[in-house]
Amino acid sequence: MAHSKVPERTSGDTKVYSYLAEYPTPQALIEACKAVRDAGYKKWDAYSPFPVHGIDPAMGIRPTILPWIVLGAGLTGMLLGLVMQIGLNAFDYPWIISGKPLWSVPAFVPVAFETTILLSALTTFGGCLVLNNLPDLYHPLFKKKRFAKATDDKFFISIESDDKLFDEQKTKSLLERTHPTALETVEDDRKVNSALPRPIVYGLLIATFLSFVPMARIAQARYTKTTDPRFNLVSNMDYQEKYKSQRGTSFFADKRTMRPPIPGTVAQDTLALDDRYSRGVEPGTNDKFISDFPPQFSVNAGAMQRGRERFEIYCAPCHGLAGYGDGMVARRAEELAEGTWVAPTSLHEPRLANEPLGYFYNVISNGVRNMPGYASQVTEEDRWLIVLYLRALQRSQAGSVDDVPADQRGALR
Amino acid sequence: MSAVSHAELMRDNTIDDPTQRAPLVTNDSSFGDVTQAVAGVAEAKPPIGWLICFGVASVGAVMLVSCIGWLVWMGVGVWGNMTPVAWAWDITNFVFWVGIGHAGTLISAVLFLMRQKWRMSINRFAEAMTIFAVICAAIFPGVHVGRAWLAYWLFPIPNQMQMWPQFRSPLLWDVFAVGTYATTSILFWYFGMIPDLATLRDRAKSTIAKIGYGIFSLGWTGSARHWHRYERAYLLLAGLATPLVLSVHSVVSFDFAVSQLPGWHTTIFPPYFVAGAIFSGFAMVMNLAIPARAIFKLEHLITMRHLENMNKVILATGMMVGYAYGMEFFTAWYSGNPQEVFAFKNRAFGPYWWAYWTMVSCNVISPQFFWFKKLRTSIPVMFVLCIFVNIGMWFERFVITVTSLHRDSLPSSWAYYQPTHIDIMMLVGSFGLFFTLFFLFLKYLPIIAMAEMKTVMPQAHAHGDHHGPATKHAHTAGAH
Ligand code: HEC
Repeated sequence: MAHSKVPERTSGDTKVYSYLAEYPTPQALIEACKAVRDAGYKKWDAYSPFPVHGIDPAMGIRPTILPWIVLGAGLTGMLLGLVMQIGLNAFDYPWIISGKPLWSVPAFVPVAFETTILLSALTTFGGCLVLNNLPDLYHPLFKKKRFAKATDDKFFISIESDDKLFDEQKTKSLLERTHPTALETVEDDRKVNSALPRPIVYGLLIATFLSFVPMARIAQARYTKTTDPRFNLVSNMDYQEKYKSQRGTSFFADKRTMRPPIPGTVAQDTLALDDRYSRGVEPGTNDKFISDFPPQFSVNAGAMQRGRERFEIYCAPCHGLAGYGDGMVARRAEELAEGTWVAPTSLHEPRLANEPLGYFYNVISNGVRNMPGYASQVTEEDRWLIVLYLRALQRSQAGSVDDVPADQRGALR
Repeated sequence: MSAVSHAELMRDNTIDDPTQRAPLVTNDSSFGDVTQAVAGVAEAKPPIGWLICFGVASVGAVMLVSCIGWLVWMGVGVWGNMTPVAWAWDITNFVFWVGIGHAGTLISAVLFLMRQKWRMSINRFAEAMTIFAVICAAIFPGVHVGRAWLAYWLFPIPNQMQMWPQFRSPLLWDVFAVGTYATTSILFWYFGMIPDLATLRDRAKSTIAKIGYGIFSLGWTGSARHWHRYERAYLLLAGLATPLVLSVHSVVSFDFAVSQLPGWHTTIFPPYFVAGAIFSGFAMVMNLAIPARAIFKLEHLITMRHLENMNKVILATGMMVGYAYGMEFFTAWYSGNPQEVFAFKNRAFGPYWWAYWTMVSCNVISPQFFWFKKLRTSIPVMFVLCIFVNIGMWFERFVITVTSLHRDSLPSSWAYYQPTHIDIMMLVGSFGLFFTLFFLFLKYLPIIAMAEMKTVMPQAHAHGDHHGPATKHAHTAGAH
């Protein structure tokens, strides 16, 4: 065999890494592998440009445990996915969505499925690399020109000198018997001292240290208080291009952002065409109060009942349940004696007994002197009901014996 | 025809003799020839055609990036979206690109699991296409959130607001599905490429190429022990990617189906979207593979048999999509729900009738030509038909998104959506980005899975397959 020029051991003290034999076809490789396997070598390997069919038994490679690792990762991914969703959406931030219960597992299936796959895929990739000791950018075999063909169209066996059975002569002759097309010695030129240069080490140390600074700043910001407003990188929400109420502008002549309504504007539902009903005055006037109820208002027991109820809600707190100006608010204010309080008028003042009904309606609607108006809270209809009750209240306190039916006067004491 | 012998036809494997499987690699290539053919592409000086194409594509990519910048600066108002069409081209483009991204993994994973060896010449292409398409897809939902710099709120990251994402929302499922899909596809693609990158590393002449390919091939040696785990891992990734690919477009369809809008709220969506994704993805693979095999002279690796098989898949999925279109109408009618019936009548005969019928002609009618072997094996015919399919699938997403929205339950707010210049430039620009990445891939990476290709060549298995009851000498240092 012309090719079997047995390589000499390199001079000097370079260590031998392995013997490298080259084969032309996958079949030759498999046959050679069987021979090496049967010789009992452990630290050796075959190299080929593609996975050669049947090489695993020929080399005695046992099935990898990778699938089991991936199975574990998949189950972990699923569990993490479920725990994350249930923990975050059912406990930490309970959120009821479309009437689903907090533990709505079917809605959590898609994400749990994705986390299962994600963790499995990452583990498959990482696991395969770790088990293969990759990345390993330098390998002694790369020094051999011939070995570049291992990723093209040639097949190799390399028996490493670390193997217990390794013996210069025996190993060499074993490989020769497998009819390689070439046989070479590979030197181990991996430097013993492969430490990184000093400046790089320091550089890395400093970079590592600096990389903690932003983290520390974030952590600090989370646990300290400040009166400064939050700092936003993008401030378009802090300063928005829009007019806010009560702000000035150069756009309008009156320099106000808030626009007054156009004269004659009537807000929805406030069109008061019926002066009697809506304002309590004779049509067209401002202070000629009507003395009767407006025609569309009917007096009955139900109306009186609701009038009383409204009165007790809206008026009694100040004017008192009986209207003597001794409501809870008034009594409390007197107790505080702050000096600013104007006592609510007693509704039984003789002056008031003679006021027309429209006058009371007007007082409720627009207020009087220190009393605020209640138009925004009490509807027109309810205001008339209150007037009705108020009038009944006044009458009840101004009665005389003549008001009592003659046959019952005996019951009075 | 008769001038060409049967044997001749078998050689370029145009015809498929059932008694004798057509070879997957023609021309009696050797292992070295395959390496040379594939690695040669990455090593040669870029052809002038490549430079022109790359230049044009990168202009498009720059346009996309500028539009995104403008959009982030000005807000989503630069698009034509408005009430009631709050989702328009952004979501159309998203679903379109994600759909295209499905064929890659499908070809790689599903066909791998089914031992369909013909996939090998096209899988690398298809996987690359997947990744670039998913990148294009991810841009649109990313920027359509309005305040794009807060898009990280989509992820469950502890924050000072003490708030968490809403895990019962299909939009959030989408984040996880597309994120997982992108990650897994990139892993799958890169993992498959490691041995081929090592080949490029070992052939590299320039220092930059040596360092670049050297780093990314991670020191791959082709060790049999490594190959053992590698093959197992590849199988696992394929097994993981298969359910994933089906789940992703189902989840994308949930974005619509889980809402209660007539026209969206249908249970047929998940399978219908998946079929549509495969349909459009395969058409896109064809549109990419046909010119590439001509430009880089790879006809003996990507053979007519590959193309024909793909056309058959396109025909099958096209029929499924057509069935879904019909079924939607049936369901609307059968439901007896007037809103539902209106939505579909409006879809086909309303203001967007032109979009609907473009979709039907491109997706349902055009694949029918593939029933005929002559058309199925004619390069110009299949190229044009595949372009039609892609157009049709874009319109499908447009039709679903916009026609269902533009006439909601309140007739006073009905409106006719029209795209703005930015909308159009972003769609065109997304193609620019896609092709920029794709041309880079074509030039600098192994575009065909060389190592895998070599395993299916006749030289790889000579006389006597050694499976049998394997001689169990498991005394060698194990591969654990
Ligand atoms: C917040 C306390 C308060 C409430 C509630 C209140 N009032 Fe008064 N009311 C007053 C005060 C105070 C005065 C006296 C104002 C003054 O003299 O400056 C007054 C005066 C009056 C007067 C006398 C007007 C006049 O001509 O002197 C009437 C009548 C009256 N209120 C009716 C009502 C009715 C009816 C209600 C229920 C809708 C009501 N008030 C609710 C505080 C209240």
